[in-house]
Amino acid sequence: MTLTAPTATRNRGRAPQGLPRLFTPGTADFGAHRAAFGELPHATGLIDEVAAAGLTGRGGAGFPTARKLAAMGTHGIAIANASEGEPLSTKDAALLTYAPHLVLDGLELVGRAVHAKQLVVVVKAAHEDVVRRAVGDRPGGSRIVVRVTEDRYVSGEASAVARVASTGIAKPVDRTVRLTSREFRRPPTLVQNAETLAHIALIGRFGATWFRSLGTTSDPGTRLLTVSGDVGAPGPIEMAGGATVAQILDAADTDPAGIRAVLVGGYHGTWVGPRDFARPLVPRQDGSGIPAGAGSIYALGAGSCGIALTAGIARYLADQSAGQCGPCLNGLPALASALERLRAGNRDPALAGRIQGLAGLVIGRGSCHHPDGTAHMVGSAMDVFAVDVSAHLQGYCTEVHR
Amino acid sequence: MSGVRSTEARSSPRLHIDWTACDGRGLCTELLERRLTRDPWGYPLAVGGSSRNDLVLSEEELPAARDAVALCPRLALSIVTR
Repeated sequence: MTLTAPTATRNRGRAPQGLPRLFTPGTADFGAHRAAFGELPHATGLIDEVAAAGLTGRGGAGFPTARKLAAMGTHGIAIANASEGEPLSTKDAALLTYAPHLVLDGLELVGRAVHAKQLVVVVKAAHEDVVRRAVGDRPGGSRIVVRVTEDRYVSGEASAVARVASTGIAKPVDRTVRLTSREFRRPPTLVQNAETLAHIALIGRFGATWFRSLGTTSDPGTRLLTVSGDVGAPGPIEMAGGATVAQILDAADTDPAGIRAVLVGGYHGTWVGPRDFARPLVPRQDGSGIPAGAGSIYALGAGSCGIALTAGIARYLADQSAGQCGPCLNGLPALASALERLRAGNRDPALAGRIQGLAGLVIGRGSCHHPDGTAHMVGSAMDVFAVDVSAHLQGYCTEVHR
Repeated sequence: MSGVRSTEARSSPRLHIDWTACDGRGLCTELLERRLTRDPWGYPLAVGGSSRNDLVLSEEELPAARDAVALCPRLALSIVTR
């Protein structure tokens, strides 16, 4: 006869104090993970706890996680999105490598909270093995399906993730109802970024008050950032929410005085100049700070041309279009070409207006936000690099093109 | 980004464009010429207005919008009221 273990012996784990949170103990070993963080808690009251924690999605949109969970229908599919299509981001890869069980704990917890009938992890091919191994090490891990997605920029978009989980095609889908609602021939689908789930795994164990003990009121908890570019210490780093650009550069061993501009939030993000380095990152665009996006921070050192880099990014994004929507398929290459002419020092006085016009033309005209994000990034570059723009329009550049 | 819409916009009918299906035949821009023009590549472009994916329709525009939905050779249009 088997006796249920008394609750007193149940390992409740220890809440990480200070930083880092997600990478203590920093192991892919299931036993070590559970020894440090404790058993999976009950999912009862999870959504309320996540709401009290003020957790926002870490995949880029910054939507309040509890609202998405509350909107999710029952008997649906819960998906951990680790597709990380953003070239400037490696934080989800770091999570899968050093804390995969935190992501999987989060997935199991939300799966219980929303009564999902299926749990799926969507990963790039490079992380398939580590995730399959982690899933295999877990009791009941066979209930978690691992799906490999294409390594394409728009593959990480929620509807593309939902689609790849069911059909293997990693392209965005036109929607008139939210993914979390049931639709004809499609069960309710919850797509949560890997980092968001890792935070949920800790909120479920240690609570909202603990979560809020780091970060600010507008950006509670911690955030994984990926710092790259002209910095001393590139790579993923966990910081308290509400960090300013200057604090992030400092944490990456970089003197802000040597940095011309920073691209916050990845290729769909916002270029900011030194006068904004004292502003904090915030979950969403609301005027109080710089939208964090998926948390990538690219620093452009003094002496480098922002137009050259922006033109390169715009061309990459144009090439990454799924090619499904006309305004994106045609507009992004036209936008990239105009930027390339500006980069080359083409003295057409109408060029700056044409770039702004093309950016404005594609916004809001696609089944995903790829055109919007591209236009937003280009628009911010035209502001921050205004000096470079006028130099280029006169046929020269004072900085180095790389 | 989209998430929250005003209750007014939510209840009034909207013309939804499925950009993955549209290939710019332009029929809708003829039927709704005061609301839709064509971009440099021939795709429908909302004239003024806020949302370009979901055009809020007035009572008077509904019949023309229904025609556009029925006649679109790519079945790229629908009227949503949610």
